[in-house]
Amino acid sequence: MDTPAAYLHWGFILISIPNLLLIGLMIVLFALALFIPLPGEKEKA
Amino acid sequence: MRPTVIAGPTGERSRSWTGRARAGLAEKLPMENLLPDRQPYYVGSWIYVFGVATIAALVLTVLSGVILAIAGPEWWHISVAGRFFNSLHFWSVQLFFVFMVLHLWGQYFMASWRGGRAPTWMIGVVIFAISIVAAFTGYLSQQNFASQWIAVSAKDALNATGFGAFFNVLNFGQMYGVHVALLPAAIIGLVALHIVWVRLKGVVPPIDVMPAGTRPTPKKVR
Amino acid sequence: MLQRGATSAPTAPAIRTVPYDLLKEVAIAMVACLVLVVVLAAVLSSPDVPSVTIQSWAQADPVDFTTTATNELAGTTTTAGYGAPYTSADAGQTLGPIAPSKWAGVRQPVDTANDFVINPLKHASVGDAELATALAGFVAASDTQKTTWLTAYTKALGEATTADGKVVVAGGDYGSVPVLMDRLLTVARSGGLDGLLLSSGHFYQTDFTKPLLFMADGTYLAGLANQQHLTGNQWGMMNETGLYPGQSWLWLYTVWYQIPPFNTAPNGDLLVVILMGALTLGLLLVPFIPGLRDIPRLVPIYRLVWRRYYREEARR
Repeated sequence: MDTPAAYLHWGFILISIPNLLLIGLMIVLFALALFIPLPGEKEKA
Repeated sequence: MRPTVIAGPTGERSRSWTGRARAGLAEKLPMENLLPDRQPYYVGSWIYVFGVATIAALVLTVLSGVILAIAGPEWWHISVAGRFFNSLHFWSVQLFFVFMVLHLWGQYFMASWRGGRAPTWMIGVVIFAISIVAAFTGYLSQQNFASQWIAVSAKDALNATGFGAFFNVLNFGQMYGVHVALLPAAIIGLVALHIVWVRLKGVVPPIDVMPAGTRPTPKKVR
Repeated sequence: MLQRGATSAPTAPAIRTVPYDLLKEVAIAMVACLVLVVVLAAVLSSPDVPSVTIQSWAQADPVDFTTTATNELAGTTTTAGYGAPYTSADAGQTLGPIAPSKWAGVRQPVDTANDFVINPLKHASVGDAELATALAGFVAASDTQKTTWLTAYTKALGEATTADGKVVVAGGDYGSVPVLMDRLLTVARSGGLDGLLLSSGHFYQTDFTKPLLFMADGTYLAGLANQQHLTGNQWGMMNETGLYPGQSWLWLYTVWYQIPPFNTAPNGDLLVVILMGALTLGLLLVPFIPGLRDIPRLVPIYRLVWRRYYREEARR
């Protein structure tokens, strides 16, 4: 796990793949939290 | 409901500091509000989970940190158990920041500062800022290559502001002490204040709904 | 039961409440987080690239070590010319009349020639007559003479080779500098210089200022950092060694260092800190900033959060 990570270089943006995955996961979690109804709710989103 | 203010022998309210503090507290934050078992029905979204998840991650960060502090700085490099607790601490911190930022996004888009709740928001931002410093001093305390590089890199920004003269990131002892004693106390105290403020004001209600059939008029988000 | 404190805003009509177990929610969150953290720790472990020592540096790159030491003696390194808090050589970063580094003063004084080279060699010269003589000769020489020797030696180091871990340069008039540097390299390779730079005459010590500044003046440490994308213009603040996530929350701090004017300005650090201070203040005061506090109303995310409420209100 100590070998340097791969990086995405897009214009002046340079981001590690682990960081990119983490940020992507956060956005997905936020979206899921908005759209997924709580258990027990009868009406769907 | 039981009376929360016990009157004196001739019915008067207590004039002492203690009595007045107790009465004020009982009025502003009765037990029913501090530990409620009901909530407004609009509190029905997974978004509300990120706050308590942040607290859970903070508790794990502190607990794993306490074990690391008890065992001392060498331990997490030289023993398997030490490395494991180092890992618990590392991932707790990652989760803490993930959930805290998600909580911040949620509260921003809900404009949760409305209705006199600006202090809650501001305490939250201060916690965020202090947490960044706590993580920073934590990285400096690892005593590995990353600590060395972070120290020699960060010194320039701190020296440019003059703070570097007093807050020496190259001084392990200073950074470690700040990290294990000063900042956890600050964060825990502020989180407690943050939670009390939420309970004091109640969960923020939804942004005002427009009556059906009317043209939307610009309204301050209050 | 309406959950309102006496000091809150004017109350709306009473809102329907539903049962809710706060402590159970806390317990579930704790268990879920605990499981997640334990699994992540067990499967992925954590980053722990071992620290560089002056010893490992001197063994891995003796030419860089020797070049750095020579420059410390000559007073031409970054540390030597840094300014506050280490030396008074420079005014430090300023913005107009604002000179906070200078105002704070030289609180962690570092004398690169004596701290990194002369004093350690004085310790090492005990029992080493040749070194003692060379050291005395160097210290007694005039400043002009020292500069001549050091400049010539630095130039020669540009083409140096190594043999058996030692540095080999072309012949020239360097005075006693080669002897000094050779002995310093020996002390460094043995591990003694780490101790000498750290202890500075005290037994207990936790201040790594001197060994770290010395290492940072060379290129070896920065070279390792560059491989791991940790340097300032590689968005390094956000990154971690190896395959681990770093500090993504620092994205807004590090982005400025990638773009003009911050990436080339001599007072770039001061500019970034002031800017970030202002932005943090802005975040703190969002509830009071028109426009910023109205964005949530314009972006319909809140409609998703409270969709049950809006549906029921619309029915009424």
